[in-house]
Parts: sequence; C-alpha cells; structure tokens
Amino acid sequence: MNIFKLSWKYLTFKPLSTGLNVMLLALGLAIITVLLLIQDQFEKKMNQDAEGIDLVVGAKGSPLQLILSSVYHIDFPTGNIPMEEAIRVSRSRLIKNVIPLALGDNYKGYRIVGTNPDYLSLYGVGFAQGEAWKEPFDVVLGAEVAKKTGLKTGDSFEGSHGISEGSHDHDEHGFKVKGVLEPKGNVVDRLVLTSIESVWYTHDEVDSTASEAAHDLLHQPVSQTGFPQTDQEREVTSLLVQYRNPMAAIQLPRMINSGTSMQAASPSFEMSRLFELLGVGVSLLQGLAFVLIGISGLGIFIALYNSLKERKYDLAILRAIGASRIQLVFLIFLEGLMLTFLGALVGILLGHTFLSVIVSQNEQGVVGTLNPWVFLKAELWIVIYALVVGIIASLIPAWSAYQTSIAKQLTKA
Amino acid sequence: MLFSTQDLKYAHPGQPQLSFSDISLEKGGSLLVLGKSGSGKTTLLNLLGGLLLPQSGSVILGGVDLTKLSGGELDLFRGKNIGIVFQKPHLLAPLSVKENLVAAQYFAKEKGQNVQGLLDELGIGAKANSSVKTLSEGEAQRVSIARALVNKPQLILADEPTSSLDDENTEKVINLLKNQAEKIGAALIIVTHDQRVKDHISNFIEVKAS
Repeated sequence: MNIFKLSWKYLTFKPLSTGLNVMLLALGLAIITVLLLIQDQFEKKMNQDAEGIDLVVGAKGSPLQLILSSVYHIDFPTGNIPMEEAIRVSRSRLIKNVIPLALGDNYKGYRIVGTNPDYLSLYGVGFAQGEAWKEPFDVVLGAEVAKKTGLKTGDSFEGSHGISEGSHDHDEHGFKVKGVLEPKGNVVDRLVLTSIESVWYTHDEVDSTASEAAHDLLHQPVSQTGFPQTDQEREVTSLLVQYRNPMAAIQLPRMINSGTSMQAASPSFEMSRLFELLGVGVSLLQGLAFVLIGISGLGIFIALYNSLKERKYDLAILRAIGASRIQLVFLIFLEGLMLTFLGALVGILLGHTFLSVIVSQNEQGVVGTLNPWVFLKAELWIVIYALVVGIIASLIPAWSAYQTSIAKQLTKA
Repeated sequence: MLFSTQDLKYAHPGQPQLSFSDISLEKGGSLLVLGKSGSGKTTLLNLLGGLLLPQSGSVILGGVDLTKLSGGELDLFRGKNIGIVFQKPHLLAPLSVKENLVAAQYFAKEKGQNVQGLLDELGIGAKANSSVKTLSEGEAQRVSIARALVNKPQLILADEPTSSLDDENTEKVINLLKNQAEKIGAALIIVTHDQRVKDHISNFIEVKAS
C-alpha cells in the first residue's frame, strides 16, 4: 500500500465518473494530436515535394492550380503551352535548369507524367529494379504504383486519357514497364514516369502513327535532358525551373507573366497562401479542442470536489491513522494528475487512431501518404499540458483537504 | 507511568471552558470516561488522541508530550502509538478489509503485526479480501478495532464502541478490547455513556459540564 495505490483505488472506485472525465479530456487532446500530426507531416511533405523547384511555368490560369497540378500532381493542369515559346523562355540567363512536363493521362488513377530523367535526379530517387526510359512508351513506375498495381519490369499496360480514373482508354499503343523506383516517401511514389514523346504519340491521331515515318519515330531514342527534338509544332504542360541566382526570383516571374502567353508561379509563395487559407479551419478546430479540454478540466474539478465532500470522513480517518496534511494534499493532487495523465495517453492514442482511419479512407490522395504512427516531440507537450490541467483542477480540492479538521469530521456524527 | 494528563483545558468557540480531571494509567491499565451527552466526553477523547490541541495542560504518552509535537510529527506519532476506535467504523470504502489495515501500517510507517493473523484472531479472517461494503455492522466494528490495533499502539482510545450493540456483542467487544490491550501492553480508555460497560471495567472518571 502506498499513496499511488490509494489514489488509484479511489479513482477506480467511481469508474463512470472517472471514465467520463478521461474521455472528455482525451477527445480534446486527440483533436490537438491529429492537428499536430497533419500540420507537421503535411508541411514537411509539401516542402519536400517542392524542394529544388523555384518556379513553375505553365498556361495562364490559377497559379495555385498550376502548382498543385505540376508539383504535387493533385489538381487538374491549367492547359498546355507551345513548346517553342517554352524553349525561348528557358534560354534566359537567369535559369539554371528546366525540366519540362507533359501531363494528361493516368493509369488506374495514377498520373502518367511525361518528362526527362532529370526529374528523377531532382528528387534524388534511385531504381529498385530496371532502368530509365530510353524509347517512346517506356515507363518507370513509382514505388507505390508498382506495389498497388502489381506491375513489374517487363509488363505492359494501357493508359487512360485524363488524369482521373475511368476515362476512355488509349488502346492503340501500350506502355512497357522498364523500371520501378525505390520508395522515397514523396510525390514520385505515386507517379508513372515516361518520356514527353510517349505522351505526344499517345495523343496523336491514329493515321499519323500508321505511316512508315511515324512508326520509325516510335523506335528513336528519346531525349535524356532538356526538351525533346522535333520538327513539328508540339506542346508541353509546364516547366519546373531552377534559378541561377537570387536576381532571377525578382526578374523572371515578372518577365514571364507580362512578356509571354504563359504564367509563372512560385511553389513556396502559393503553398504559404494555401496554408493561410487552411489556417482558419485549423484554428477553429483548435478552439474546439481547447473548449473540450477546458470542460474536462472543470469536470475533473467538480468530480474531485464532490467526491471530497463525501470523503471528508475518509480524509479524517487517514489523518487519525497517521497521514499528515501534506500526504492528503498529495493524495488529491495525485488523483487529478493520474486522471489527466490517463486522459493524455488515451488522447494521443485516439489521435493517432483517428488519423490512421482517415489515412485508410484516402489511399490515393495526399492524405494517404501520411504516416499516422509517427510520434512527435510536441506530443510530450500534450502530456504536460494535460498534467497542468490536472494540477489546476486539484488546487481547490487539495486546499480543502488540507483544511479538514479531524476532530470535527469524526465526532460530529 | 505510561500515560498521564495534567490540567487539560479546552474551550469550543463561544462556549465556556471545559476543564478535565487528570488521568494516569500504567501499561495494560484501563479506564472508563463516563458522562452525559454534551458533557465534553468526546472533546476529552479528541484531546487525548491529539486530534485537538488543548488551550493548556499536557498529554504525555510514553514520555512524549503530545501537545508539544508539530503537525506532521503529531500525525505520525498518533499513527504509531495511538489506536482509535470510533463510534462508527469509518472504514475506507474503496479498499478491502486487509487493505484498510495495511493503509494504517503504511501511514504509521510500521511493519507491525501480521495483518492476517490479527484478522483471524478477531474472527474476521475469512473476510480479509472482501470489500468493506459487504461487511455487517458487527464485522465492520471488528475491522475498525483491528485497524486500531494493527500498529501495536501504546494507547487505545474507544469512542462509544458499544452504543449500537446488544448486550451479548457489547460484552464481546469490551472483552476483545481489554484482552488485546493487555496482550500488547497498551493502556485502554473507553469513552461511553453505556452503563453496561461498567460491569467490565471498574476504574472510571466522570466528565461533567461545569
């Protein structure tokens, strides 16, 4: 027997009231945990996916949409841009490197991205098997795509038009899987990568590929860097740009936006604008969580205070058998602390469970790539925060326990 | 002399001062404190047990003056050396019978006697692991006596221990208290207005409101 055990016995003596208070507190803390986890991982992921990309150039439209479609591959593209104009812009001395993208198709909901192998080095992603695309219609699968579809090197499949699942199939020419990428935990995992040429030829009219000359084209090696070689008028969807120097950040966007039919958008600027918009919802949820925690603190206070009234005899008896005032104060505080500690543990566990449910409901989206079982340092603060609530809720009950007069309690009956 | 008091005086707020006659008891000695309701018997018991501090006078148990001890020291001294049996059992409801006794040992920092043995001796050994809520009134009373005895105190104080018992049980409880007190060499003081107890303990003082 010790004070811990005694506190525990008193807590479990009233399982319903104790349980209710633990649940209330846990719910509030669970919401905070989920927010923390999402905020941390989402921002980290967003920043990771946009790393090395200073500017995105694409068709005019919403700049946020351009970023979402070209960097994160979650929204629809704003349209295409003429390749000639794109090449002209990319010759600027302010630009260090350009990676062109051609979007527009999907395989079972996973986007097919036409680009050159520079895209792989941008994300520093290596191969789990096979090698990069060499000819038109060679593709390389992201780790998750390979895992979910079961495709491996040597297999072939047909893409569908559009970027969402269920559009009409391109059945004229199949893609051949040449390689599978290692898992990287970023956007590349969810993509099917191929050459820009593949995307063009898929969309060309059937009779153009039927001709002899066009058929030869299909077995020409594709370009390994920069823009593909062609004498036709072709289009790409967007360009991922790296600046040569800080001056570019000032001059280049203005130059493109006013001097061409294209627009330039900065991922970091657009994303911080997006987080600002989301922030309203996040602070609303945070407010709700704090209200819940406040109510549970009040609940714990009331529970302790009420049980104290019933327990004045018990406290007096404890004094009569040798407990000091300080021990009684400790007993009450310990009850409050145990209650809130339990609430914090249940809350954190509940938060992670919530998130894993959300994740399992959203397998293909960005949310689906979050890891619900990562534990953050900030969660320690949740425990400390809960314990502070416990101490505050126990203050008055503990004081009244300290004041209890043994003689009055025991002999007035 | 194991236990003695000198010139104890106490006044409840707004009431005339009570003064109590001196008490002195040897090891194994017993004493009845008799008096009508409201005469101040309970106040005397509180003073003797260190639950109340007198305005003047001293309470000396085993050479230690209770009135000179500070709060925490007094609590620990009480836990170790004074066993109190209250009018009602007042057991700690969340704990089992045995745990009630172990709690008394814990707070007194004593590893005194074998708890199970004591419970057996008082005829409640079979109930050791039961919740105290399942006990009858007589059983609860015996558990509270066991709790008072568990640390082998030098002084046993009992407040109206027989007021709600029939003749047969009264005799049992008084004999139990007397025998146990003699066995562990403690002084026994029973505060009561129950005339039946007088048949068992001849030594008494009377408290009168003056």
